Amino acid sequence: MTATAAPAVLDRDGLNALVAALVAQGRTVVGPTVRDGAIVLAELASADELPFGWGVELDAGRYRLVSREDGAAFAHSSGPQSWKSYLHPSRERLWSADRTPAGDIRFTPHEPDPPSYAFLGVRPCDLRAIAIQDRVLTGGRYEDTGYGKRRAGAFLIVAECTEPGATCFCVSTGGGPAADPGYDLALTEVVDEDGHRFLVRVGSEEGAKLLERLPHRTADPATEATARTAVDTARDRMGRALPPVDLRALMGASLDAERWNDVASRCLTCGNCTMVCPTCFCTTTEEVTDLTGDHTERWQRWDSCFDLDFSHLHGGPVRSSGRSRYRQWLTHKLSTWHDQFDTTGCVGCGRCIVWCPAGIDITEEVTALDAELTGSAADADHAAFRTEPD
Amino acid sequence: MTAVPVPHRVVARRPETADTVTLCLEPVGAALPDFAPGQFAMVHSFGRGEIPVSASSVQATGGLAHTIRSVGAVSDGLCATRVGDVVGLRGPYGNTWELERAHGADVLVVAGGIGLAPLRPLILTALDGRKAYGRVNVLIGARTPDDLIVRKEIESWPTTFTGVTVDQPADGWRGDVGVVTQLLGRARFAPDNTWAFVCGPEPMIRAAARELAEHGVPRDRVRVSLERNMRCATGHCGHCQFGPLLLCQVGPVVDWAHAEPLLSVREL
Repeated sequence: MTATAAPAVLDRDGLNALVAALVAQGRTVVGPTVRDGAIVLAELASADELPFGWGVELDAGRYRLVSREDGAAFAHSSGPQSWKSYLHPSRERLWSADRTPAGDIRFTPHEPDPPSYAFLGVRPCDLRAIAIQDRVLTGGRYEDTGYGKRRAGAFLIVAECTEPGATCFCVSTGGGPAADPGYDLALTEVVDEDGHRFLVRVGSEEGAKLLERLPHRTADPATEATARTAVDTARDRMGRALPPVDLRALMGASLDAERWNDVASRCLTCGNCTMVCPTCFCTTTEEVTDLTGDHTERWQRWDSCFDLDFSHLHGGPVRSSGRSRYRQWLTHKLSTWHDQFDTTGCVGCGRCIVWCPAGIDITEEVTALDAELTGSAADADHAAFRTEPD
Repeated sequence: MTAVPVPHRVVARRPETADTVTLCLEPVGAALPDFAPGQFAMVHSFGRGEIPVSASSVQATGGLAHTIRSVGAVSDGLCATRVGDVVGLRGPYGNTWELERAHGADVLVVAGGIGLAPLRPLILTALDGRKAYGRVNVLIGARTPDDLIVRKEIESWPTTFTGVTVDQPADGWRGDVGVVTQLLGRARFAPDNTWAFVCGPEPMIRAAARELAEHGVPRDRVRVSLERNMRCATGHCGHCQFGPLLLCQVGPVVDWAHAEPLLSVREL
């Protein structure tokens, strides 16, 4: 890589220039902004729309904006949306079909050129989530070409995490507040007596090229050290954690657990957790016809394994109880996802905890399942069953 | 999902039972790749939607055909098609019965109801290459005599043993009455050198596979074809999950050794 591979520093003007440069490239810049009492993801015309001076207060079933005196733009954890809203949209036309006067049927694929996205402020947990959806939607025998095209054109700017929320548990899923590879640029926000600035690391040629065009300076040791310390400290400030056990084995051994009844008595099976989850990818399809009856369209939309119709076969749903549907969701996330995609399905962003109207907490449920299994097998030697956390 | 259906014309339509028809299909333009016994297509009914249907005839056994039971909006629409109508097909999807693994061994087919449809091309392939296999047994169960599909054809199959049984006999039925597994006693096979292929309603699959295992057929040589909701067939929609298995990718045919522990969990 070029000389810009050394960390650089952008100040607020540099950040403005970054967004302006991306907009000038014709990109659709998406990032966090304050709207409707939350920090949402939306198209940004300028860096001024970032949530400067806003943080969030999170708990199970609770989300509140709080103002921050330091004016930081990225000192908040996950909001209600994730980047899948853009890469794997909630509604997408797949193809259409027309009946010809001769009685034949002509199928037409719907393959629009996607917007050229630039995502600003991608959290390390969400970067991992994007990598997981890449694996699911483009890493198998068949590729979701719509996703593939949107993803290939997306420019990713990470904002490392310095202010984890009370519902964050990425460290216990094998992640952390520092960015894994996969970004074009990674920012770490620093606000101290020396000013408001962003340490920038380059992750791609395209990132390097863009940085070269922005007003920036080579990172000074103090800024670098402050940024590193902030991210390192964030590691130890996770509000929650999954128990440090072999989660795949725990789920596999807990299919008949009593705890599923307990959680089912609280779960509304509303599917909020699956909508806000950055890795949940399930979709269903709808056939939409017009009034002539000669034109029909095939639409894909997000689906949830909590929906009764999700497992419908003639004769009824396979998973009719709430217990079995919550179990499906959790065991898929933490266990069978590995079987299907060689990775976990949970990045520890905490959204499912925050946006559950019943305040169900995935870390609490897994802890209870672990306790139940350990308790019921108190006589058994569990040493071989457990593994130490990474 | 990405693939777009390929138009196919209904060139023959054979009513099988009161609610089941077989549609023989030919491509209107470009053809799909060849299907193998056990594989399925996503079949599109205009304005209604798509459903997964195993091929009941593949190119090698007499052209492409799908046998469809009318149980919902899409299957109703497909069953109501007429010769000359056009339907859409995507595929072939999923794995195969892997009949070739049974070379030199006895073959035992257990079918329940419309479960015979995906087994039909396997039976025809085995009978066509008869010398490659040992004894070929076909055991068929149905609710009533009227629920038997490809009834005439069954009689013409030169198997070692063909047994047909029904749960509820009708007037004039002189055959067996009872569950399909009771025919096992009359089938001729060496359990330790047998491959079994099973398809039907899930309770029947469970009972048949368990009994085959009890007879001594190795559990990894009992191949069962499973059914789950499917929207895409390309491994992206998540609907066909069966525990660790994405059935559209690693199924629909699964070894009993893998399927048994999963089928023993309620509502998995």
